[in-house]
Amino acid sequence: MSTFIELLVSGISVGAVYALIALGFVVIFKATEVVNFAHASLLLVGGFVVAKTHPLVGFWPALLLGVAGAAALGALIEFVVIRRANVVSHSVLAIVTIGVDLILVTELTRRIGTDVLALGDPWGSQVLRLGSVNIPVTRIAALVAAGVVITAFLLAFKYTSWGIAMRATAEDAETAALMGVRRGRVSMGAWAVAGALAAVAALFMCVFPTPGLDRNVTAAAMKAFPAAILGGLDSTTGALAGGFVIGITESLVGGYQEELAFLGRGLGDVAPFLVMVVVLLIRPAGLFGTKELARV
Amino acid sequence: MSRTVTVAWWAAVAAGVVIAPFYLDAVWLQDGLFAMAAAIGAIGLNLLTGATGQLSMGHAFFLAVGAFGYVYFASSPSPDGEFGGLGLPTPLAAVLAVLLAGAAGGLFSPIAGRLKGAYLGIATLALIYIGHFVMTNATPVTGGHNGRPVPPMELFGFAFTDTPEPLVIAGVPFGALERLWFLGAAALLGAGLFARGVLRGRPGRAMNTIRDHEIAAGVMGVPVTRYRAGVFVLSSMYGGLAGVLIALVFRQTVPDYFSLILALSYLAMIIIGGLGSVAGAVIGAFFVSMLPALFTRYSDALPLVAPTGQEGIGAAEAAQILYGLAVVVVVLFLPGGLFGLFTRARLHLARRTPAAPPAKPSLTPTPEARNG
Repeated sequence: MSTFIELLVSGISVGAVYALIALGFVVIFKATEVVNFAHASLLLVGGFVVAKTHPLVGFWPALLLGVAGAAALGALIEFVVIRRANVVSHSVLAIVTIGVDLILVTELTRRIGTDVLALGDPWGSQVLRLGSVNIPVTRIAALVAAGVVITAFLLAFKYTSWGIAMRATAEDAETAALMGVRRGRVSMGAWAVAGALAAVAALFMCVFPTPGLDRNVTAAAMKAFPAAILGGLDSTTGALAGGFVIGITESLVGGYQEELAFLGRGLGDVAPFLVMVVVLLIRPAGLFGTKELARV
Repeated sequence: MSRTVTVAWWAAVAAGVVIAPFYLDAVWLQDGLFAMAAAIGAIGLNLLTGATGQLSMGHAFFLAVGAFGYVYFASSPSPDGEFGGLGLPTPLAAVLAVLLAGAAGGLFSPIAGRLKGAYLGIATLALIYIGHFVMTNATPVTGGHNGRPVPPMELFGFAFTDTPEPLVIAGVPFGALERLWFLGAAALLGAGLFARGVLRGRPGRAMNTIRDHEIAAGVMGVPVTRYRAGVFVLSSMYGGLAGVLIALVFRQTVPDYFSLILALSYLAMIIIGGLGSVAGAVIGAFFVSMLPALFTRYSDALPLVAPTGQEGIGAAEAAQILYGLAVVVVVLFLPGGLFGLFTRARLHLARRTPAAPPAKPSLTPTPEARNG
């Protein structure tokens, strides 16, 4: 039983991190209708900046730098590439982000090499004991931090003028532009926010119990894609729900893999994608996605 | 005049393909063969992504199905019973492997038919991971993590191997690679002509309509869902054929080869070459697959690229960065890809020769440029 609770807590906490990534993904999709496959590289950049700067300036300023760096990179991608690409199909823009991702990930993994970089977080490998249940402090920190960031984001999305502009653009880009919403600024803002969220997620993907930032982090970040799509690409609620579903699935399947050994090794890595396929079979628009309707 | 030019082009290409094995080293032949296999796969992906507007990130999965399908159908079971196999004649095994890839695409069609564009892209991401899981676990079929040796192709008693008596033509020993070269070229020609037929005919128009306006396509009587699923199956069969050819060249299939990176490189190929046309896919495939080879061989001579084993940007990395960059640059500045550039240049020349109308630079591609 205590194993189950441990796995569940860890799953929820990992899920919160996935939700952060998926949220950024959804924000970009809502604002610009681009599916951003370069998201994993934003994450990697955030983590990399934190890892490289924390010995110099300390952890908290380094985290700020990481968040700012990833946000700036997101805005830069929007400004240099997405805004200038004059294409009809959004699939083509999605492929462009793949190109951007290839460049960034190749360069960063080259710099990281075979190293495992520590992020210098203050929680270390402490473990919280509640009866027979052991929970790493980092997992709780992840949950709390993700909760705070997500709440702040949702409030801003609902009440600030930036959030209203963003939602208006998502609803009807042309009308919003006619009402004086600056579309360029909105989409750049969306990319910056997504970058910042990804950097926070990067921190918690690389702390204890994982060894640190290495070249495989992008592979782990890939699991946020099923999270975003199974919740529905255009739904912030969906991103949260999807994140938790994926996190808990992965954690439970990974934790009980001895019992599930007859299904083969490495099931924990595939489980998120299997869940996604099943959900898409039943609801092609995702759990909370709006079904596309068109008037002719 | 344009007809003679086209014929001359084709004659030149055909002559080049025939002469190549007599002059090129084995290494170059191998790279060329990989490029041919990649071109077949890219044609398939271009039918799906370029012509129909459906993004697929799972193309590597269908290559894997083709490769491992061929190995399983063609090998005999190993004596210790560790690996299974059906021991079928190799041409039959190749055909069955392609059909198997099509069937795998068909199994995915409930999703492939209903999702569109980038949505499908993420859904097909699942194929890569599920495929990798199956490949490493289904040891009796795939050989597990280390893969399996590939039985060589044998067509009407003619084996595509090095071993039987060395066949010497014009003083050049014809080993496996030289023989496979012609098989690959024939397969690519067949695949290209078929895809061209599909694109120029009724199905091609339907596919382009779905890409340009889904609702309009539906209103005009195109069964959108069925077409999407059908094109997905067709494109996976192309992937399967490419997989068979890659397996034959590699002579050993390894699960790790069929990764997400491979799938992404196929997307890069069709973007760089030009979306929606056969020639674009072929040009892009050669560009992307020859680039790492060129960089590795000439890394000493190139600025910015460090020789193998030294600090700095290695050849493989440089190639990857370059084709990532090429994708971005092509989309920003060269709508229509390298092939589009080529057609535009040709149109420009053709317009200039009959001595007159001042060339007006147009921002939008002309209908000829688009369909060329």
